[in-house]
Amino acid sequence: MTRSTPKGSPAAGALLRTRGLAKVYRSDGVAVEAVRGVDIEVGIGEFVAIMGPSGSGKSTLLHVLGGLEPATRGEIWLRGQRVDQLSMAAWAILRRRHVGFVFQFFNLLSNMTVADNVELPALLAGASPRQARKRREELLGELGLAAKANAAPARLSGGEQQRVALARALANEPSLLLADEPTGNLDSSNTRDVLRLLQRTHAGGQAILLVTHDARVASLADRVINLFDGMVADDAPVVRIPRPVPSVRDILELRG
Amino acid sequence: MRLHLLALLAKEPAHGYELKLALEQVFGEAYPSPNIGQIYVTLKRLEQDGLVRSQDVEQTTRPNKRVYELTPAGQEALRAWVEEPSEGPRVRDEFFTKLILAPMAGLADRMELINSQRRHYLGIMRSLTGLATASERADAPARLLIEGAILHLQADLDWLERCQEELV
Repeated sequence: MTRSTPKGSPAAGALLRTRGLAKVYRSDGVAVEAVRGVDIEVGIGEFVAIMGPSGSGKSTLLHVLGGLEPATRGEIWLRGQRVDQLSMAAWAILRRRHVGFVFQFFNLLSNMTVADNVELPALLAGASPRQARKRREELLGELGLAAKANAAPARLSGGEQQRVALARALANEPSLLLADEPTGNLDSSNTRDVLRLLQRTHAGGQAILLVTHDARVASLADRVINLFDGMVADDAPVVRIPRPVPSVRDILELRG
Repeated sequence: MRLHLLALLAKEPAHGYELKLALEQVFGEAYPSPNIGQIYVTLKRLEQDGLVRSQDVEQTTRPNKRVYELTPAGQEALRAWVEEPSEGPRVRDEFFTKLILAPMAGLADRMELINSQRRHYLGIMRSLTGLATASERADAPARLLIEGAILHLQADLDWLERCQEELV
């Protein structure tokens, strides 16, 4: 592995950067190009949302960025290190330390308590049981789940399970939080809870890259990338409209 | 505002200022701030149209006040309004015609139009989610109005995605 950073390597401040990233699946001898040459960047502490129609390659892209699936072509740089050529084992170690993952269907370990689900990543990353427990207590407290520590995940509502999944993803204070449709399976009030948590986590300096259909989630991001047909169709900051902030009364007037 | 005033008068006769207060009380923050002048003008027109009638009520320490009540014609107009289903929201036809016509005129690329429209919607959505957070403790009408606006906007964005899939 080279130590020198080539030209066009991640700019200072870039936490994640891809260049010409592509992912090709083969099924029955037919090549399907799900991601076709994507260049994106996420800055330190930045919150970026990826939107786009189903089948546009959003989830595939996120999985490749998190090392859950290998890239076919192109480069991925995380914290100034090129990571696309890492082995799955090396990825697993990197992920433990630096990448948190939240999925649409929570993916909690059903035979472990809420507390154990949240402590496990810290223990795997080499924290002492005491440290892991302390961090778990902090996180569950912040997310309003302290009382559920000893419950089995199946006893929790969808919204609570997603909050636990978020706590687990944040257990090792990752540099980057990746989330795939984190509110995709939640009702309106649970979505609101998760939105609030994402906002608070981001305000605390957490970098977030998430895939979503939900415009409420996307509108909270600093920047929204639109993926279309495996390529970036748009990449722009979210600018609050109108200025100044509207009041509730404006809505009836807005819609006549 | 005509029918809103008729609905309030169906409950009990009232003068203009009482109607302003009632609107504020019923809708909370959700109603565009009722202007007292506009209320008086509307009442006068309703009276000309025979939907309400009024009489002066003497007050000892203040000028007389004019109290309005519903006429049978007013009752009928109100019932017709309540019974008739309301129009659903229309498609954003201005954007749609732009999307179809502008590329034909060689003025813009459809992808560009969709992108700029999406950015605009997301900006509005950000305002609305901010408003929703600030209004968590507001009355139900205000909260529901915000939620309605958010759901409509989500539908507009989903539809934009369909335009992108079919037309680009």
